[in-house]
Amino acid sequence: MIKAILIFNNHGKPRLSKFYEHYNEDTEQQIIRETFHLVSKRDENVCNFLEGGMLIGGSDYKLIYRHYATLYFVFCVDSSESELGILDLIQVFVETLDKCFENVCELDLIFHVDKVHHILAEMVMGGMVLETNMNEIITQVDAQNKMEKSETFIFQSTRQDR
Amino acid sequence: MALKIVKGSIDRMFDKNLQDLVRGIRNHKEDEAKYISTCIDEIKQELKQDNIAVKANAVCKLTYLQMLGYDVSWAAFNIVEVMSSSKFTYKRIGYLAASQCFHESTDVIMLTTNQIRKDLSSPNQYDTGVALTGLSCFVTPDLARDLANDIMTLMSHTKPYIRKKAVLIMYKVFLKYPESLRPAFPRLKEKLEDPDPGVQSAAVNVICELARRNPKNYLSLAPLFFKLMTSSTNNWVLIKIIKLFGALTPLEPRLGKKLIEPLTNLIHSTSAMSLLYECVNTVIAVLISLSSGMPNHSASIQLCVQKLRILIEDSDQNLKYLGLLAMSKILKTHPKSVQSHKDLILQCLDDKDESIRLRALDLLYGMVSKKNLMEIVKKLMLHVDKAEGTTYRDELLTKIIDICSQSNYQYITNFEWYISILVELTRLEGTRHGHLIASQMLDVAIRVKAIRAFAVAQMATLLDNAHLLTGNTQRNGICEVLYAAAWICGEFSEHLENPMQTLEAMLRPKVATLPGHIQAVYVQNSAKLFATVLKSQEGDTDSTTTQEASQLMIDRLPLFVQSANLEVQERASCILQLVKYIQKLQQKDVEVAEEVCALFAGELNPVAPKAQKKVPVPEGLDLDAWINEPPSESESEDEQPKAIFTKEEPKHSRPRHTEVDEKELARRREARKQEQANNPFYIKASPSSQKVYQDTSGVEHIPVVQIDLSVPLKVPGGLPMSDQYVKLEEERRQKVRAEKKKKEKKKRKEKRSGRGRKHDSGPESEEDIAPAHMVDIVTEEMPENALPSDDDERDPSDPHKALDIDLDKPLADNEKLPVRSHRAVEAQKSPVEDGERENAASQEPKKKSSKDKKEKKKDKDRDRKKSKEEKKKKKHKHEEKEEDLLGGQMEEPVVQSEETSEVAALPTSSSAEEVATVAAAEAAPAPGAPSVTAPDSEPDEPKDTEMEPKSSKHKKKKQKKEKEDKEKKKKKHHHHHRHSDAGGEESVQNGTVEEEEPLPPMSNYCLLAENSYIKMMKEDADEVCDIQGNLQDGSQVVVSVIFENKCESFLKSMEFNVLDSLNSKLQRPEGSGPHDGLVVPFQLPPGVSNEARFVFTVQSIVMPQKLKGTLTFIVKNEDSSTHEKLDFKLHFTCTSYLITTPCYSDAFAKLLESGDLKSSSIRLEGVNMPFHHLLARICFHHHFSVVERIDSCASMYSRSIQGHHVCLLVKTSAQTVSIDAKCDEPTLLGNVLDEIKQTFSQC
Repeated sequence: MIKAILIFNNHGKPRLSKFYEHYNEDTEQQIIRETFHLVSKRDENVCNFLEGGMLIGGSDYKLIYRHYATLYFVFCVDSSESELGILDLIQVFVETLDKCFENVCELDLIFHVDKVHHILAEMVMGGMVLETNMNEIITQVDAQNKMEKSETFIFQSTRQDR
Repeated sequence: MALKIVKGSIDRMFDKNLQDLVRGIRNHKEDEAKYISTCIDEIKQELKQDNIAVKANAVCKLTYLQMLGYDVSWAAFNIVEVMSSSKFTYKRIGYLAASQCFHESTDVIMLTTNQIRKDLSSPNQYDTGVALTGLSCFVTPDLARDLANDIMTLMSHTKPYIRKKAVLIMYKVFLKYPESLRPAFPRLKEKLEDPDPGVQSAAVNVICELARRNPKNYLSLAPLFFKLMTSSTNNWVLIKIIKLFGALTPLEPRLGKKLIEPLTNLIHSTSAMSLLYECVNTVIAVLISLSSGMPNHSASIQLCVQKLRILIEDSDQNLKYLGLLAMSKILKTHPKSVQSHKDLILQCLDDKDESIRLRALDLLYGMVSKKNLMEIVKKLMLHVDKAEGTTYRDELLTKIIDICSQSNYQYITNFEWYISILVELTRLEGTRHGHLIASQMLDVAIRVKAIRAFAVAQMATLLDNAHLLTGNTQRNGICEVLYAAAWICGEFSEHLENPMQTLEAMLRPKVATLPGHIQAVYVQNSAKLFATVLKSQEGDTDSTTTQEASQLMIDRLPLFVQSANLEVQERASCILQLVKYIQKLQQKDVEVAEEVCALFAGELNPVAPKAQKKVPVPEGLDLDAWINEPPSESESEDEQPKAIFTKEEPKHSRPRHTEVDEKELARRREARKQEQANNPFYIKASPSSQKVYQDTSGVEHIPVVQIDLSVPLKVPGGLPMSDQYVKLEEERRQKVRAEKKKKEKKKRKEKRSGRGRKHDSGPESEEDIAPAHMVDIVTEEMPENALPSDDDERDPSDPHKALDIDLDKPLADNEKLPVRSHRAVEAQKSPVEDGERENAASQEPKKKSSKDKKEKKKDKDRDRKKSKEEKKKKKHKHEEKEEDLLGGQMEEPVVQSEETSEVAALPTSSSAEEVATVAAAEAAPAPGAPSVTAPDSEPDEPKDTEMEPKSSKHKKKKQKKEKEDKEKKKKKHHHHHRHSDAGGEESVQNGTVEEEEPLPPMSNYCLLAENSYIKMMKEDADEVCDIQGNLQDGSQVVVSVIFENKCESFLKSMEFNVLDSLNSKLQRPEGSGPHDGLVVPFQLPPGVSNEARFVFTVQSIVMPQKLKGTLTFIVKNEDSSTHEKLDFKLHFTCTSYLITTPCYSDAFAKLLESGDLKSSSIRLEGVNMPFHHLLARICFHHHFSVVERIDSCASMYSRSIQGHHVCLLVKTSAQTVSIDAKCDEPTLLGNVLDEIKQTFSQC
């Protein structure tokens, strides 16, 4: 099970937080901060796993992260997930974002966090991996975006009618 | 109106959207919080508008703010509004917001049930998808229960996109609503072989997650997974399956043997590191599980270790890390194969990556042996020096101590070396682990007698140099060791070379800056030292030393007397006075040493950490029982607390006592003695079987073996360097080896291993390393007859505990997922033997009168209670709701084709609701309580009844129905179905009742009344809806009645009425008169049966009773309709007032001993059935549970709804069964026994 997925930048600013277990807002922020501190002080070429902080998980949980340019992608997972598998999943996630936003950069995540959520929802659901095939994910995301567009169009045209 | 719309859209143009908000926040870096609070005000305004687009926009912004840490729960209702928009765009925004901030205590969640259900069944797959995704994040037990059926339906959706989501979310549903696991499992299993790989992967995912927590229940799936493993090419699926096998193999070693080969193949063939790694991991798990049984799998171990070495040597840090991780698993069972890679692991200690260093440390822990301990620790000490000022150093420190102290200091051959290591560790600055070092020092000094002299010397040096440790009060973590040092010096002061010096060191003024608890130890132990000094000087004519000592004490102690710490102050002032007194005596030349030493005489022994816990509870002592009557709840809180503990009069009445005359006093004393004698809770002064542990004489029993010092203890000058010991040790070993060789030449037979060595468990290769001293470690004391069990309980809050459910047993009727309908609360508990969950239900047709037999056994484990509560809650919530459901989809695996065909045969098109209720009836939990009523059908006197609108209030009643139509044809069909049902159940019985014959089917249904139109069958007459409520205000009994339509017409407006007696009343909805009937909340199309439940309130339960009742209904043909009526008699037996309640044998025994119960007994002759059938019958028909069974004798227990205990002792010999019974209510008991007798006379 995945307990949480966090994206934050090099300064610890959250860009996306998805908790699959409920915490109150303060705890969530604390977890983000703590995770940032743990992850950010690590060198570039060390392993991508680290035993979880005190706040999240406990002994069965691990933080698995990847660092891309200005962003950290952190997954907090328990022992039922394969470590290398999750690393691959992060890669798939980033590649999917790259496809959907066309050369994704931090700004895309900043301004379109809702879209990132929707993409993530096609990959991970309720803490379990739903889909790992990038093409399938993109197909579903596109189809939903298309629907959204058609609705906006209808909505706008009806408004114009008035 | 138009203006308003225009205004609305103009407003909207000026609204910020999410991007504007983000931009705004970025532009207001200085006053972000202020800016956001104005934004939130704007959002609040937007949420007040009617325009859903505006609301959605606002909610979208809130979602963002939530991520930044703002509480947005106040907008929960608006989120629900946006969720229920018909537009996908908004719906998605709503669900996203909900998934981010809803949780179990969000109260608006209960408003969403219908919306979610609607979305789940939406024709648009993305509506469904979005709802599922959202639900997966905020599903609550209520939602899980209400929607389980809908989601289960979606598992068979045509679109794989929906299927996979529905499959995944089932896991969450199971967690929140464990009852759904069994009914849903067959379909989940099906999905393992779904044509779509995504769905398949989801199913594997869910089952793996389930199996990880409760592997034993999923062993039967192993062949299926094995097939998947050999056929699947999806690495994700393979990884999951392989991980799952890792969890299953410990339970089934045969599986492991089968796995080795395909896994080895995969290891050789795969290019995916992730898969390779998981394969290695599972092979390791297999090897661990086989290690005991199988002789040789060295090839596999070698393969694993070899692959792992490749991983560890890889430049990719991730692989290195994982390699070490897996290595540590092998270590546990095959330490030797890992030890050969010690070089590699020590190398990893130098890695720049802390995670890797920590992993390597973990490995070292398992790799030490007597041979290499010193060497490894030396390496670690080097790292300690290098790691100055990091948390890693603390980690190193704890690891060093862990490594050395593991398994009772198994690998330490030289304790002097260990003490010097500990002393060296005290020189670490700023460590948090001072107390750890201290406790090690104490432990070693206390338990290794031979080392005491050495330890004391070292500790004295430490005390002398205490200023080095306490230089900076900020980093005083390490000063904890002074605690140990002071205590050791005091306690074993006889070993001190120069006690005076140490005494002086302990009384330095600087000590007053130490933490209070350490000062306290200093003060106390200075007194011990003082005693030693006195003793050593006794007999000397020159008394200057002793006087110096006294003077020193008297001079220095006042400092401590002023301490702010209570403990220090108290001890210091006490000791100060003592010393002053001693000084006085000294001046008179009185010999006092003896007496002073006696203050500290006696030896302290180590006590095992769990010793206290293991002291068995004396017989008859119930720690949970009230000492006195519990205070009644009505008592106000400010009542004097002493009232709880004593029945004595309040204080003010005290003077009266003095007036009581002698006689009265004597009488009272006698009474008290009597009471104490009879009171098992009174701890008597008489000698108990318990040992008194404080008894000092016990010391002699501690196995302390004399130490044979083969090497003289040598204290190197100054603070010892452990390295010196390493060197010394090496020399010694060489010497020993040389000697041994000589010896062996001389005499082969002479062996030294027999010499009281305790740790012969070390590996063979270490045999030649003899410990420097034959050190024996004082074992820790345990209480006599300590309870052996070390039960590590699982965390009771673990949600997975509830999912420990046997999935191989066929479903019972009562387990179907709830379908929205009139629902009856169910509180049935029935016997469970061996704590096993048994579920069985069987029905068998018996001619036309259809004495259907039905048998059910249900588990009683704790989630039942939970479910009960949940159901009740749910009932309340949905009182007002009435909707159709997809009940027809419910299929039961037990009931095969017949069942489904019957469901199909129902006129689904005519009335969806009909179908729903029928399905509900089938799904509704059926209680298995017995009652026998004589069929009593008098079909006459039609009575007019008006059609009442279905009142929602009826739902408060427990109702359940069943129907049937078309007299012959259909009935035959029905019977057929039942028969098949029974077959299925019997097979269950075979599975559950080990090695005993299957139980005959049993049923509690009996015919209530029948005419040409309708048949009523009463299933049972016992059900308690709420135990608490019923204990307080009378009791409730629930009667389930199956209505079966036997004619070809439509039956409607059924009204059920009973003539209330004084004792029993039918519960009617509020506002209706005492003679009004209850409308049966369904209609019966031809050939349908349904079940309804009726609640009765019963005053007295000691006597059986009969109630007369009438059912009126309208028979509606195409052209006409007639009123009909059917009379019946309801028979409440005494057994129907019993509730199966589990009882533990100890509680049972206590109950019997209590003497409150009246006894009675019966004999049954000519009972010709196996004993377990007999018990099962009593359990089933009379609601008892088996407490204990020994051969042909069993004790059984049950409890009435009003709390009477009923205990049975059933014995059988030949064909005679004798039942001795005890109960606190003799009339009830008599009736129950009569009923039992009747039950057996009928068979």
